[in-house]
Amino acid sequence: MKEILKNLNKAFENKVRLGIMSALLVNDYLDFNTLKDLLDVTDGNLASHLKSLEKNGYIKFTKEFIGRKPNTKYSACDEGKIAFSKHIKAIEQLLK
Amino acid sequence: MDKKKYIEDLKDIKQMMNRSSRFISLSGLSGIFAGVIAIIGAYLAFQTIYANQNYLDYRQASLSSETLLYLLIIALVTLLSSIASGIFFTTKKAKKNNQKLWDSHTKNLLINLFIPLATGGILCFILLLKGFIGIIAPLTLIFYGLALVNASKFTLQEIRSLGLIEIILGLLGIYFIGYGLILWAIGFGILHIVYGIIMHLRYGS
Repeated sequence: MKEILKNLNKAFENKVRLGIMSALLVNDYLDFNTLKDLLDVTDGNLASHLKSLEKNGYIKFTKEFIGRKPNTKYSACDEGKIAFSKHIKAIEQLLK
Repeated sequence: MDKKKYIEDLKDIKQMMNRSSRFISLSGLSGIFAGVIAIIGAYLAFQTIYANQNYLDYRQASLSSETLLYLLIIALVTLLSSIASGIFFTTKKAKKNNQKLWDSHTKNLLINLFIPLATGGILCFILLLKGFIGIIAPLTLIFYGLALVNASKFTLQEIRSLGLIEIILGLLGIYFIGYGLILWAIGFGILHIVYGIIMHLRYGS
């Protein structure tokens, strides 16, 4: 039991962060607005959660311009993918 | 331990993965190839329909049962080789990107693509048998465009505008009936090549 709990990742306890990781795991990249639409959250809320995931080294982003509009694309790092898979496995084991 | 929360979490994860992903393995190269094949097909069809007629003179489309059969063969070969190149390049791209080729999004994409496409195909076949050859080329453009718009929700966003342009070309072809085959060559040939190049540059092979 303790082993399982150790694999549960605090970084993914929040609903928004869980959503971000789920979406980024199955997409090459998603831009800020797409994520916002998917998760139905405010700009500030999303930005702060993205920042915390980035600090953990789970996601990365690139900035570019479409015309004059800045466009930030987010994608999951390998480290983030592994951590998230572990988290899902831990949940599944917990529910067994 | 709050099990309910984790059951909810798992549900959320699954839902988000389904909702957020589209079929993104569509290869630009397949578009370029399909375009080239379409232009060759259109050229052969043009030669068949307007055989032995001076290009600069007033042209009249004429079909005997023999040329009809020949046209059907051209159409079939064009269609099959386009589909084959599409499958080939898309499979290659999916493998390279480590993506599953067949999942719920591919299925959604194909179902939504084929409902208008099959309707149009059957309609055109009936019209061909009844002898209404003039409107067939533009009708294939219209139904193909509708199919693309319908399927675009499940794949790369560029497909939607491609579909809209195909519809416009098709409508023009219905109005300017003599230019049906030329518009067809633009819609299925040049547009595919242009969009194929754009998508290849944006998303890679």
